[in-house]
Amino acid sequence: MTIGVDQRAAADTRQTLLDIWETEPGLYGWLATVDHKTIGIRYLCTAFFFLIIGGVEALVMRVQLAQPDLKVLSPDAYNQLFSMHGTTMMFLYALPMLSGFSNYLWPLMLGSRDMAFPRLNALSYWVFLFAGIFLYVSFPLGQAPNAGWFSYVPNASLAYDPGINMDVFALGLIFLGISTVVGSANFIVTLLRCRAPGMSVNRLPILVWGTLTASVANLLAVPAVSLACAMLWLDRRYGTHFFEVTGGGQPLLWQHLFWVFGHPWVYALVLPAMGIVSDALPVFCRRTLVGYTLVAISTVSTMVLGFGVWVHHMFATGLPVMSLSFFSAASFVIAIPSAIAMFAWIATIWTGKLQVTTPFLFFAGFIMLFVIGGVSGFMTASVALDWQLTDTYFIVAHLHYVLLGINVFPVIGGLHFWFPKMSGRILDDRLGKWTFWTMFVGFNAAFFPMHITGLMGLPRRIYTYPAAMGVGWLNLVSTIGAFVFAVGVLLFLINVAKSLRAGQAAGNNPWDAPTLEWATTSPPPVYNFATIPQVASRYPLWEDRLNEGEDRSVIGEAARDGMVLDRDKETIGVTPLDAEPNVVLKMPGDSVLPFLLSVGMLVLSFGLLLQAIWLVAAAAVCEFVLLALWLAPMPHDAVEKVEIYD
Amino acid sequence: MTDLTQEQFLPVGGTGTVSTAWWGMVCLIATEAILFVYLIFSYIYLGSQQSGPWPPNGPPSLRLVVPNTVILLASSVVVAWGQRQFRRTGNTPLLALALAGTIVLGATFIAMQVVEWSGKGIALSTNSYSSAFFLLTGVHMAHVAVGVLILAMLLIWTIMGRFRGVHHEHIALGALYWHFVDAVWLVVFITAYLVPQFS
Repeated sequence: MTIGVDQRAAADTRQTLLDIWETEPGLYGWLATVDHKTIGIRYLCTAFFFLIIGGVEALVMRVQLAQPDLKVLSPDAYNQLFSMHGTTMMFLYALPMLSGFSNYLWPLMLGSRDMAFPRLNALSYWVFLFAGIFLYVSFPLGQAPNAGWFSYVPNASLAYDPGINMDVFALGLIFLGISTVVGSANFIVTLLRCRAPGMSVNRLPILVWGTLTASVANLLAVPAVSLACAMLWLDRRYGTHFFEVTGGGQPLLWQHLFWVFGHPWVYALVLPAMGIVSDALPVFCRRTLVGYTLVAISTVSTMVLGFGVWVHHMFATGLPVMSLSFFSAASFVIAIPSAIAMFAWIATIWTGKLQVTTPFLFFAGFIMLFVIGGVSGFMTASVALDWQLTDTYFIVAHLHYVLLGINVFPVIGGLHFWFPKMSGRILDDRLGKWTFWTMFVGFNAAFFPMHITGLMGLPRRIYTYPAAMGVGWLNLVSTIGAFVFAVGVLLFLINVAKSLRAGQAAGNNPWDAPTLEWATTSPPPVYNFATIPQVASRYPLWEDRLNEGEDRSVIGEAARDGMVLDRDKETIGVTPLDAEPNVVLKMPGDSVLPFLLSVGMLVLSFGLLLQAIWLVAAAAVCEFVLLALWLAPMPHDAVEKVEIYD
Repeated sequence: MTDLTQEQFLPVGGTGTVSTAWWGMVCLIATEAILFVYLIFSYIYLGSQQSGPWPPNGPPSLRLVVPNTVILLASSVVVAWGQRQFRRTGNTPLLALALAGTIVLGATFIAMQVVEWSGKGIALSTNSYSSAFFLLTGVHMAHVAVGVLILAMLLIWTIMGRFRGVHHEHIALGALYWHFVDAVWLVVFITAYLVPQFS
């Protein structure tokens, strides 16, 4: 009798929450939604799309390089392809992909209902999408950016690159930087304030640590590249002399500003992915992560050190020996926190009861590739060796081992791991294992030989090479490996398509994992949790098993056993460190303003590209009006009554 | 389970460090502040790599810029005063007056800075000094302009009666941004105007 009444009350509560939170169907809802799960999945899909584009560019280059003296591509087309390949992978795939994971997972992992600023979240997605389109706008004209992803001056200056190629690059990166910065600010404030009561900082999943660290770094690093790009554009179009030598400019200023941004950025591309491994790998070892605290500290300290190593990209530029020695030493030291995390993962595997599933294979593969990429990185931290190796294929091998090893492998593993949560269906494990082995073999066949071609002196970024160098067969192996790797990515897509239609139903917690996102349904309801959870430990779903203390987390169903907050679109705000509830946060409803604001920015960027002042001015006025509408104060009560656990 | 819970009143939205908006503004200020660090780094780096004097035509004149600095600092005091009055007594006419005064002072700063620029006899594209100087002071001026627009919106909302009872956050954050713009000016002023007098 009572149970029946309780169930009806629970169903009523769920319906109330659904009415408050659900996005309207149709085009308006599609453009206006601010649901972090929808935005997260959009991020993942868009970034994956860019991964495919960047991948196809790479395959075309590998065809050109398969044998000596081929003429598949002209030198200029090759320049554009390697530049867009690098730009796409670094800016449009690697970070947005991780933002997708964090956007989707953070509120679920933290036991909240959304990010701190849901509209800002939508804005960061739309700006990312439009900036990505903007960066590709000159591609069909044969005028894509063509000075490499780090676009050194004077190569990128007007005298040597007269088309609109580099203007698109400079303005596109400034545009994209807005997305990165607002997204980062959103992650930081979400972490500080939007958690379940009891989710204190010592209980955060490592993915949260990774993304938090990356976000703080982005906030402090992205302005450097935006400034450098603004200077480049001014040098090119308004005759300034920042980099241009005859007027007293300094080409090295570009390199300093770019790498002050670029090196922290590289860590921003890997730390959240390492977080994916730290959280998901232990699930398949049937134990908790070894050395949680050390891994969390190593994550943060990697980034702190990461701000002091940028000159190792500039060893060959003729800087004073003292400066080279300092940055070389810092680059050696940064191996220590990475090694700590590495040993933590190995110890977790060593002491665990393994379940060799597809995600596990990807994470184990990641560890091996990280070691290889880490060792070649350690080698190039030495100034003497770097002078021999810089600008050769050895560096290409190193950076691909690091970026594919530490980003792509954890990402594909993570997609296998969280796909059931996102879709309600499990990816086929057999096909998944085929995916892994195809990608792993293809990857090593493609990139390991580049260490050797690099040591033999093959320079990077040159569209072909003479037969006399004797590197033809190694390049052929690389090309075959690249295509095998691409087949692996294709298998993954086939698996996704197949499993979405006919995959095995997942249930709430198919992997029997310990963190909060597995407590809700798959896929989760739009409001995430009917009752805001009360967290008592680092592993809320394993508490009975671990039995580390008396306290138990309370993850209520929709019954009235805690904080429901069904009066309006609301979530709870907590104190930054101890996560004690201290404020009710009104969450904004769906809105097209973020979309319109992004369209305005796109128009503004085009205005700058065409140097059409009237278009820039008109767009700026529209943006001001939109922002005023966005920020208009709304009336609300001063206080509200909530139920809090004792 | 109800016996485990107690009812409690919590603020909605909150003010100061309790509100999420305050933290958002701190993030914005942090990223803007570091932008100025990179601007000043670029200015100093270009100067340090010159063979000739920096600035090439001798130190910039302080005739207009010193009073202008006083004007900008005064504007911070005015907006802080209006905010304080409003917080204590809810007096919107005084707040509106203070906002209008701050806007006038901010606009005066921009106007005087434009006069100062046009009397310098160098343009953006003259040399690396002029490029760095105008970019540094120009980016700052853009921030003053945005600050004036923010204050104008606050003034409009005040006059429309949108700030009653609990809505202090918009005003507090607008004022915080304005203080930031003023504080940055001091650093820009010292870097681009004061230090060259002694070098």
